[in-house]
Amino acid sequence: MSQSPLLPVSPVSIEDGSQPPLLSTPPATTVPTSFFSVVLSVLRGIWHAITTNRKVAAGSAILGFFVLVAIFGPLFIQLFVHQDPLHYSLNLNQPPSSAHWLGTNQGGQDVFSQLIIGTRASLTWALVAGALVVLIAVIIGITSGYFGGIVDDVLSIITNVFLVIPPLPLAIVAVQFFSNSTFIVVLIVALTNWPWGARVLRAQTLSMRNREFITASRASGERAWRIIAFEIFPNEISIVAASFVTTTIQVLLAIAGLEFLGFGNSTTVSWGNMLYDARNSSALLLGDWWWFAPPGLCIALLGMGLALLNFGIDELADPRLRSERRVRRIDALKNLAKRKAAA
Amino acid sequence: MRHLLRKLGIYLLAIWVAVTVDFFLPRIAPGDPAKDVYYRLAQLGPVSPSTLKALQIEFGLNTTDPLWLQYLKYLNNLLHGNLGVSVTYFPSSVGSVIAQDLPWTLVLLSISVLISFALGTLIGVFMAWKRGSTLDTTLSSVMTFCYSIFYPWLALVIVYFLGYKFGWFPFSDGYNATQTTPGWNFAFLSDAAYHAILPAVSLVISTIAGWMLTMRNSMVTTLSEDYIQMARAKGLTSRRTMFAYAARNAILPSVTGFAIAIGAVMGGQFLVEIVFSYPGIGYALVQGISNHDYFLTDGILLMVIIATIVMNLIVDLLYVVLDPRTRQVKGA
Repeated sequence: MSQSPLLPVSPVSIEDGSQPPLLSTPPATTVPTSFFSVVLSVLRGIWHAITTNRKVAAGSAILGFFVLVAIFGPLFIQLFVHQDPLHYSLNLNQPPSSAHWLGTNQGGQDVFSQLIIGTRASLTWALVAGALVVLIAVIIGITSGYFGGIVDDVLSIITNVFLVIPPLPLAIVAVQFFSNSTFIVVLIVALTNWPWGARVLRAQTLSMRNREFITASRASGERAWRIIAFEIFPNEISIVAASFVTTTIQVLLAIAGLEFLGFGNSTTVSWGNMLYDARNSSALLLGDWWWFAPPGLCIALLGMGLALLNFGIDELADPRLRSERRVRRIDALKNLAKRKAAA
Repeated sequence: MRHLLRKLGIYLLAIWVAVTVDFFLPRIAPGDPAKDVYYRLAQLGPVSPSTLKALQIEFGLNTTDPLWLQYLKYLNNLLHGNLGVSVTYFPSSVGSVIAQDLPWTLVLLSISVLISFALGTLIGVFMAWKRGSTLDTTLSSVMTFCYSIFYPWLALVIVYFLGYKFGWFPFSDGYNATQTTPGWNFAFLSDAAYHAILPAVSLVISTIAGWMLTMRNSMVTTLSEDYIQMARAKGLTSRRTMFAYAARNAILPSVTGFAIAIGAVMGGQFLVEIVFSYPGIGYALVQGISNHDYFLTDGILLMVIIATIVMNLIVDLLYVVLDPRTRQVKGA
């Protein structure tokens, strides 16, 4: 269930008005400082975009946390926890303790280090699948919207057909014919989840193809792919970003779902594989809550971070959704007015 | 009318795509699915070598028929309702397995989707009406968490607490086979309902957030329209403004999103069925996959798509009732 409203304005504007354009950069001697200031202003722009909206800020913080865990987590485990996530030991089904922060599973493996190491696989594959989905959606959506006519008819029909087919059952049926490999899972998830994004992008491209600047570049003899890549795509970047965030939630859940069913590569550690192992060894009936609770919680938290990011972008694009703050500001103004009147 | 006909065409195409995918996948996939099925059958009892030959022909291996002829034969079989024999539930036919399991899935799915949609949309209306209030902000945060919850994980947690720890509800199977027999009797129906509570609750919790947030946002946008201002200015009661003016219009995006949602919910429900060992087609699908039961999995995929399409059709008809603009004929 995802509604991605169209975003007419670019929500992530990183332009800084005071910054002179690159072309007017003074002679070579000052280039380093100038380059530095450009980087600084871009960073400041990004910082501004992240911090202006509370939801975007919270979402970025959660996402940033998981990215850091994915990058440095394995190193942390190696240096401080000293637990090999795949190492079997005789300490079976131990509850959390100082030796095993999240206890051990039925094979005596350390759950905490599995969780940390699994973050990298789960996050990376979700982002890769999300990017693949968006790539397919961009290609099909923009092509369909820009060319119109028979191309649009055919591509729209394909999109609408795939929109009706439930992605997960199709993915389950498709994945059974291939040997267990995470890449195949990711590929199949990508191939079953693209239609919604394609439909949104098609609609946006349709509304854009008759604007003046597109007509102008067509009249000046630009080739179609150039117009698409350099005129249309940059103007849809905000929608692409929003749909990347939404689809990443979807594919995160879809990949975890297929792994939960045992289609993942069982030699790697990931959140979905952990849940598969937990269910397979009836962790539930053994009462091993520390085994099946953390991976699911991590999936939900990461998803929540992405969802916050998405809702925040929606609010930036459509000010009407941004109710809380405005109301508070008006209240504050009223209070100020009252105080002034009283004084 | 043209709109509906176009949709109908798309639905027929979707069924054709599913059938074609079912036909080609075993042919392009590595390995020999016919041998998988054959060995599986051999474990169940004596099979003659000619069975292997028949299976290989079914999967397009070791046959002299050109591809198009195989395809036509396959379509012919399907049109006659012949979906093959299930290996998992041998010697039942795939058709009978699906006929037995589909009602469980559809009843559970429609009840939980209806509850989730009605409740979520209603709460969304109130959230938007009282936006900025404590109710709105608290629910928004909680729902953002529920929005991306992993269906089977929530099911596991619910099973652990309500089923296993406290023992309030049964947490596996669709009914108690030792005490009741399936049929239209009160004992069975009440037992089935009792068994469906936990799966339904976990489905409702994991899907309600989407409806709530969609409705809230759509409603907030609608509330800033001029005709809402007008309704207020006319002095209508706030209940009438809220439901007859705002919600009536704001619900359209939710109904449109229903088509995509139903597919996603169906996938989620499959995972939930597996956690609860619920006797629906999701459970049968996974049983079929672990047994290399290709006929069963293909048949189930086809059935799932047909079921989704029927639900979509119902929604399309509902949409025509809800949105008068779709009833207009495009005049010259």
